[in-house]
Amino acid sequence: MLMTYAILTLGILGLFFGLLLAVTARVFTVQSDPQVDAVREVLPGANCGACGYAGCVNFAGAVVQGKAKTNGCIPGGEETARAVAEVLGQKFEEAVQPVATVFCIGDVTRAADRYIYDGVKECAAANSIYGGFKACRYGCLGLGDCVRACIFDAIKMGKHGLPVVDSEKCTGCGLCAEACPRDIIKMLPKGEQGHLVLCSSHDRGKAVSSVCSVGCIACKACIKACPRDAIVMEDNLAVIDQEKCDDCGECVLKCKPGTIHKRSAIPTADEAFAAAGAAEEKKETA
Amino acid sequence: MEKILSIIFIYILVENFVLQRFFGICPFLGVSRKTETAMGMSMAVIFVMTLATLVTWLLYTYILVPFRLEYMQIVTFILVIAGLVQFVEIVMRKISPVLYQGLGIFLPLITTNCAVLAVALLAVRQEFTFIESIFFAIAASIGFSLALVIMAGIRERLEMAKVPQALEGTAITLITAGILSLAFLGFKGMLTL
Repeated sequence: MLMTYAILTLGILGLFFGLLLAVTARVFTVQSDPQVDAVREVLPGANCGACGYAGCVNFAGAVVQGKAKTNGCIPGGEETARAVAEVLGQKFEEAVQPVATVFCIGDVTRAADRYIYDGVKECAAANSIYGGFKACRYGCLGLGDCVRACIFDAIKMGKHGLPVVDSEKCTGCGLCAEACPRDIIKMLPKGEQGHLVLCSSHDRGKAVSSVCSVGCIACKACIKACPRDAIVMEDNLAVIDQEKCDDCGECVLKCKPGTIHKRSAIPTADEAFAAAGAAEEKKETA
Repeated sequence: MEKILSIIFIYILVENFVLQRFFGICPFLGVSRKTETAMGMSMAVIFVMTLATLVTWLLYTYILVPFRLEYMQIVTFILVIAGLVQFVEIVMRKISPVLYQGLGIFLPLITTNCAVLAVALLAVRQEFTFIESIFFAIAASIGFSLALVIMAGIRERLEMAKVPQALEGTAITLITAGILSLAFLGFKGMLTL
């Protein structure tokens, strides 16, 4: 008798909850827009937030409602933008894909330190202690917050303690730029065209040259050299207008500290990766 | 009234579910990385524990005891708690999307949590009345939340602290949990039921 009761009780309870769940699932279904699901399907699903929304689902919702553009997904690039546009039956708009660029070349051999830092190996932490251990308060600390922030494995720490971007892998999501406490990483449109002033220091010339051999000293030699008036001085830092720059290279010749580089001549990721790999191997064998 | 007050005091501090009874260690270590998520989890636990105890107490008293099926309490309680949480999740998703966004992720996590089952089982074993059981569940879950939020606060600070390499990560977390548990031992014996 006892066993019958046990079986009945458990059976009825199970049946009750089964029915209850089945009914509630039917009654309380949340209608999700099939279009949103379709858009969500073609997105990369990395939930990186580069589009400005919390995740891919939120972005999909915004696109369907017309609040976001079809090419808003930066990591997905052209392919995804095309697919999203196709799902929604809209015209495809060319997406300009940005790429992360590090605006500092003052590595450990070129820029001085102010004190020996022995704390947590994070740029954000180091930066908060007396303005960082680097003598230049604008320069890269090289502790790799950007490397850890990158979910696409596109940034690696180079040989002399400066991050190097693999432009092939970089999706332009901007997570590294956000992670950098000194705002050294900027997002630029992808491409090899143009010249860049690879320095972020807004200090005066003398202050820069005393701490870093390759920082912009605001001497204005490049401004005079530029035949197309593409360079302006903004708060002690030369800035090149990429629209006007025609890659003549006059400024590179005139730049005394050697801060200006042709974009295509920025040390490529491969070299730095090879160097890093060799160093690691060395460590392992040791 | 006096008994209810002492139940509340005892199960928040003296017999803290996580730090003295060692229930629910998994979420205690798993979701205590950020204070924000710890708060979310705490709210979900308070909600689920109270609801589960309420229902299981009724089930025990009015179905299991009359049929002399007390030995089936664990099986039935698991079934009821799992079904109930699932039900609440579906309903909540429809009726209050805001609440669902806040608690939703944590609800399935605690469905099968031992702390929830422990509250339901202890409530009947201690022979609490209906009202006492509810306050017992609330106190136990607040105790759980207290431990979780304290732990999250400590861990946020630990992130910035210099930890010997051998102890980094889980090791230092477990040591911290142990010390926290020792600290709560100070309440031992202050009050008994």
